[in-house]
Amino acid sequence: MDSVKVKAFIQKYTMVLVLVLVMLFFTWGTQGKILFPQNITNLISQNAYVFVLATGMLLCILTGGNIDLSVGSVVCFVGAVGGVLMEKMGLPVAAAVVLMLLLGAVIGAWQAFWIAFLRIPPFITTLSGMLVFRGLSNIVLGGQTLPIKSETFTVLFGGGANCYVPDFLGGGEGMNRVAVAVGVIACVIYLLVTVRGHLNRKKKGYEVGNVAAMYIKALIICAAIMFISIKLAQYKGIPTALVWVMIVVLVYGYITSKTTVGRYFYAVGGNEKATKLSGINTDMVYFIAYTNMGFLAALAGMLTIARMTSAQPTYGQNYEMDAIGSCFIGGASAYGGIGTVPGVIIGALLMGIINQGMSIMGTDQNMQKVVKGLVLLAAVIFDVVSKKKSN
Amino acid sequence: MAKILLEMKNITKTFPGVKALDNVNLQVEEGEIHALVGENGAGKSTLMNVLSGIYPYGSYTGDIIYNGEVCKFHHIKESEEKGIVIIHQELALIPYMTIGENMFLGNERGKKAAINWDETYGLAAQYMQQVGLTESPRTLIKDIGVGKQQLVEIAKALAKNAKLLILDEPTSSLNESDSQALLDLLLKFKQEGMTCIIISHKLNEVSYVADKITVIRDGATIETLTKGVDDLSEDRIIRGMVGREIADRFPKRPGVKIGEINMEVENWTVHHPLYSERKVVDNVSFNVHRGEVVGISGLMGAGRTELAKSIFGKSYGTNISGKLKLNGEEVQLKNARDAVRHKLAYVTEDRKGDGLILSNPIKINTTLANLEEVCNGVVIDKDKEYAVAVEYKEKLKTKCPTVEQNVGNLSGGNQQKVLLAKWMFADPDILILDEPTRGIDVGAKYEIYCIINDLVAAGKSVVMISSELPEILGMSDRIYVMNEGKIAGELTKEEATQEKIMACILKSSKGE
Repeated sequence: MDSVKVKAFIQKYTMVLVLVLVMLFFTWGTQGKILFPQNITNLISQNAYVFVLATGMLLCILTGGNIDLSVGSVVCFVGAVGGVLMEKMGLPVAAAVVLMLLLGAVIGAWQAFWIAFLRIPPFITTLSGMLVFRGLSNIVLGGQTLPIKSETFTVLFGGGANCYVPDFLGGGEGMNRVAVAVGVIACVIYLLVTVRGHLNRKKKGYEVGNVAAMYIKALIICAAIMFISIKLAQYKGIPTALVWVMIVVLVYGYITSKTTVGRYFYAVGGNEKATKLSGINTDMVYFIAYTNMGFLAALAGMLTIARMTSAQPTYGQNYEMDAIGSCFIGGASAYGGIGTVPGVIIGALLMGIINQGMSIMGTDQNMQKVVKGLVLLAAVIFDVVSKKKSN
Repeated sequence: MAKILLEMKNITKTFPGVKALDNVNLQVEEGEIHALVGENGAGKSTLMNVLSGIYPYGSYTGDIIYNGEVCKFHHIKESEEKGIVIIHQELALIPYMTIGENMFLGNERGKKAAINWDETYGLAAQYMQQVGLTESPRTLIKDIGVGKQQLVEIAKALAKNAKLLILDEPTSSLNESDSQALLDLLLKFKQEGMTCIIISHKLNEVSYVADKITVIRDGATIETLTKGVDDLSEDRIIRGMVGREIADRFPKRPGVKIGEINMEVENWTVHHPLYSERKVVDNVSFNVHRGEVVGISGLMGAGRTELAKSIFGKSYGTNISGKLKLNGEEVQLKNARDAVRHKLAYVTEDRKGDGLILSNPIKINTTLANLEEVCNGVVIDKDKEYAVAVEYKEKLKTKCPTVEQNVGNLSGGNQQKVLLAKWMFADPDILILDEPTRGIDVGAKYEIYCIINDLVAAGKSVVMISSELPEILGMSDRIYVMNEGKIAGELTKEEATQEKIMACILKSSKGE
């Protein structure tokens, strides 16, 4: 009986365990350099766009293993247009930000329309988008690099030297008090929610799962939060990019697990016919998934040009692959219907750590690609094989 | 005279080129169980889709009067709000979601932006209790059997506050005992005031459960029979359905000589592919003679399909042990290809999933298992392929305009014929037919039985796995009864009765 439990545990938390193992490996391989506060901060800032895109990609993949190949180009195009708006046309930052998000949603809706209502295969539609928006980026920028000079914008979206949440609690050098405080508050809230949920269930006489396991899980998550927030505090504090990532993760984590719309993504991917017969407009589900992908691609576009402090027609190349890879590594099913936001975040972190660990170790760029490719394949093989077995 | 809950008046629905419903009238009284019967394609499901708003108002003519008011449903949600809930033949459940999630899909508890999962699962447990399910509502759908999935569907309907429950072929994938439990559940609901419309091919079930039976043929209502007034015997209903008497539901096969043994299985044991310690087939021995129809009976989950698949080139299970002799020689079949070469065929129970390529035409499906026969080297001879497909189409009387027609557009009975054609073209000596008449109508069943008779008359052997006892009794020369992976008994045609088969199963379940 126990071996079954262990098996189930390993299966459920495979990627978390792999993440820990990979972390340990690189800690050893880089003589602990990967755990330096600066490297932890970089890990988050450099991969902010992956977290955002992967979250959007998850919704597309949930609808039936459908991917969006155009996100890299959309990131670039929205960034290019934003750069022109701010630098050439002199629009205020707030207006530019709103317009960029709107543009992303419109681009998403354009592709979503064909996919949802005319049932053009997403692969084709977004392959077309990939070419169209790459081309348009070049046209908009005239093939040139456009420097982004607006300090407000870059700081707000995680670029430049000062892109950290200011330490208004007045901490000294080497220990940012805001970062620590935010970590503590997050932990307290998380624990409170867990305890309240447990008590509520008990009171109303609903089924209560394994209590010990629940609290151990909560403690481990809190420990992870504190670890990261202290590391961030030891460097310069919370990167502004992380704020955006957290907003996206929390909002979409909530949507996918707690709202009716979220439910429909899983339902469509699990059995579209059944979903339709349950009175749900499945076309709309596809439409929302791809429109939303455009919207999040716009946010990723802003994070990208801010971090680079420029807009360039070559930005965003292969971003779609990072996002798709993170989803599959994070346990999303290639057939749709299965996958969670936390899982995808773990997938993205795993890719990020492998990237960074190998960079610190001085591994050749090309070798890094080989490793990443193999990791992706391994993750999908695992998904397919484990599902075959349970059939 | 009870109140009329539902009246459908002069419903006419046309699809491009076909009049699916022609002035259909239906009256359902409150609190009764009303059965709709008719052959496949007669229009029963179409009528129910009109009623539930899947075909929206405006796409048909005629009136629906429900509870005294004229209804114009544009969407399935609108009919559900009035308490009309339909349970489709193909279960509309999502395998990787839990029972509770499935039950409240499209009908979520809590707020739109905040589903209350505790309430969802709490309520799910209540409704599950009403239909007699004891699982945790957090169990995934894929982990429970078909019988229980059907109960989940009913619980789902109850959760929508159903007043008029429509069940489309609710027992088509259930075994006898699960079917019986389901029918008794419907009778219980009737006591509590629920009104039901049930569509079924299984006439014995219809006569057992229904208060009234409406017969539909070729898109028109033929007659309504009332319990206690009219004769509700199966023969009477069949007469209405086909418009003539079928003298004998099982065609005779005179003068077929039963020859020597041509397949023998000894001490066959198969383990579950995932839980390798579990024996799915346990020390089974049986034999088949040339020219014989051997029936394998048993409850669902008895291991019949698993036995057949494991014999057919180890297509199922792990750690398979035992001897397989074909024509007296022991053989080792490594895979399905090998089995076909040894002139063995397995015709699956799941024709849509495992049997046919629905998006391909009849001719491609017909030649798939024996493609070498229509090839010159590696190049397919299209003319030959076409000729073969036409030959089998005519031999089996498959109803289709041409063999270029996609299999997905055929009715169940005709799909089954294409599946049989595919395996007959592979020229086997022994055919294992797994539920060959599942979900097809009386007329098509008869034709399938005739094909089986032709096969044995040509000196082939047929192993027929079936959950329908009348079919097993009517068709088999010899019957093996399986239960829990073991052979629970062997009966000759003369001694076999429904009671004896059930007695074998019960005895073996008790471990005697």
